[in-house]
Amino acid sequence: MATVTLEDVKKSYGKTDVIHDVDVNIADGEFIVIVGPSGCGKSTLLRMVAGLESITSGEIRIDGRRGNEVEPQDRDIAMVFQNYALYPHMSVFDNMAYGLKIAKRPKAEIAERVAEAARLLQLEPYLQRRPRELSGGQRQRVAMGRAIVRKPAVFLFDEPLSNLDAKLRVQMRLEIKALQRKLGVTALYVTHDQIEAMTMADRIIVMNAGVADQIGAPLEVYANPRTAFVAGFIGSPPTNFIDAALFGQSDGAGQIGLRPEHVHMAEKGRLEATVGSIEALGAETLIHLYAANGAQITVRQDATQPIPHEGETRALTWRDTDMMRFDPAGRRV
Amino acid sequence: MTAQDPLTAAATPAKRHKPLPDGMVEKRGAGLWLTHLGLIVGVLFIFFPIWLAFVASTVDQQEIVRPPMPLIPGDKFFENYAKALTSGVNAPVATMLLNSSIMAFGIALGKIAISLLSAFAIVYFRFPGRKMFFWLIFLTLMLPVEVRIVPTYEVIANFGMLNSYQGLILPLIASATATFLFRQFFMTVPDELAEAARVDGAGPMRFFFDILLPMSRTNIAALFVILFIYGWNQYLWPLLITTDPDMNTIVMGIKQMFPSGDDIADWPVIMATSILAMVPPVLVVIGMQRLFIRGLVESEK
Repeated sequence: MATVTLEDVKKSYGKTDVIHDVDVNIADGEFIVIVGPSGCGKSTLLRMVAGLESITSGEIRIDGRRGNEVEPQDRDIAMVFQNYALYPHMSVFDNMAYGLKIAKRPKAEIAERVAEAARLLQLEPYLQRRPRELSGGQRQRVAMGRAIVRKPAVFLFDEPLSNLDAKLRVQMRLEIKALQRKLGVTALYVTHDQIEAMTMADRIIVMNAGVADQIGAPLEVYANPRTAFVAGFIGSPPTNFIDAALFGQSDGAGQIGLRPEHVHMAEKGRLEATVGSIEALGAETLIHLYAANGAQITVRQDATQPIPHEGETRALTWRDTDMMRFDPAGRRV
Repeated sequence: MTAQDPLTAAATPAKRHKPLPDGMVEKRGAGLWLTHLGLIVGVLFIFFPIWLAFVASTVDQQEIVRPPMPLIPGDKFFENYAKALTSGVNAPVATMLLNSSIMAFGIALGKIAISLLSAFAIVYFRFPGRKMFFWLIFLTLMLPVEVRIVPTYEVIANFGMLNSYQGLILPLIASATATFLFRQFFMTVPDELAEAARVDGAGPMRFFFDILLPMSRTNIAALFVILFIYGWNQYLWPLLITTDPDMNTIVMGIKQMFPSGDDIADWPVIMATSILAMVPPVLVVIGMQRLFIRGLVESEK
């Protein structure tokens, strides 16, 4: 259990900068999700905290101690890898015990700690099996178990759920979150899935091309995205972007972002658009429309509301307060 | 005695792992019998010379020399084999077998140890000249023993290793092929395993012994079989550096049993020696068969 501080952390390979000045303070026991598209540097950032990548400049402090030069095993961290990285020739028990064996813990203590982790993760019947004899979800649990037995100060997760099927992902998502709450261990979790980010995080870090665009509580980030990138990345279906010039009310804004649930169809509106396609999801309906200038607008409405026909022209309206104005560089005005 | 026999043997059981759809590869009825007939004839064809050698090793000298050659084993089995093992022609076969075994084991184990370590260095460490070292090792593939035999002899002679096991083993102990094979295998091992081991606190050698080595055990077994046979079949090099009959290896020993000039060849003993020379490689192949096949057909994921 510890705090983690990243101070102006930078990473470059030769002349290419992959991480620009990331600055974040993580409180003890906090669950932080780093989210972003592939190639945005989120995994690199996590691996820098783990000690698997060097830090070009800046400082990483774990529990107040500078960790830049510390070897991974001495950083008091545990990592869960995307492909689990279980040792294929070892039993589940040995996989979980390996770190403790290296740390030369007494046998009885190792057995006890592994048994405890196995109980917590419902892995008890599988302790003598090899990883290849387990299902994806079970392997995932073993990888978690290996992290838990070390009793680390910080958990690091590198897209741990991306190899699981959709249903299992939802279940493991809840389990990981519950486990982290129970153990009270600070956690850093990397994912490209914004739903995972929204549901699991105490705070999320939205990364875009090596820059931490926004750091904040999930709902805060959703409601008040600081950049157009964050507005477009967080939320599904994504935010609609409309050229501000269309309304003549530029006041420095290049484009206007509108969440799909904030756009309504009405008799008279601010914008006319043609209905393109309709996705009825049961509880809600997504309607994709095309404005005169070709901009695509998605409307999310309750299933109880009438569904227009394809090809119809409809007027769209929204409240002023729901408009998110972004300047041409993408920053919120 | 060649590497061919285990390979053909390997192909059949390996296929059994996957059930094949009826009628696709498995033939029914007459086709099945024809296939078997063909295979049996093939086996007999290959096996016939070995059978002849075995028969020749169980009869006495007169019976071999007088045509037609017998095709049924005679009654001199124990006599001939005992003579071969204890006295032989130049040196007792037992001694030569021991020499050959030491050399073959030395070469096989040495090659595996060295190539594992060099592949480990090349794949997992970044050091100046890493690429160059790899290509240097690779280059030695193109230089078989025969090409460098004179300078190698010079070196071994200067070290005073003529007529010694070191002299037999050391010059043959580096293996570019094995290094290359292990390099390819190590490169298929996910990087995350090395990283997980680092997070678990395992140093490089610990990672090597605890994780990499057990993971490559099928590859090691396959290589061991191939390299053992390679070492066992060495002919030219032992012939050059062992002048003392007590250091002769069996493969060169057989050749030296052949008579020069007007001497009379003791064919039953020579044949017994040939059969004996075949036994250890066959035992190694049979003993390692299961691991060997696994090493050739699959890599453990």
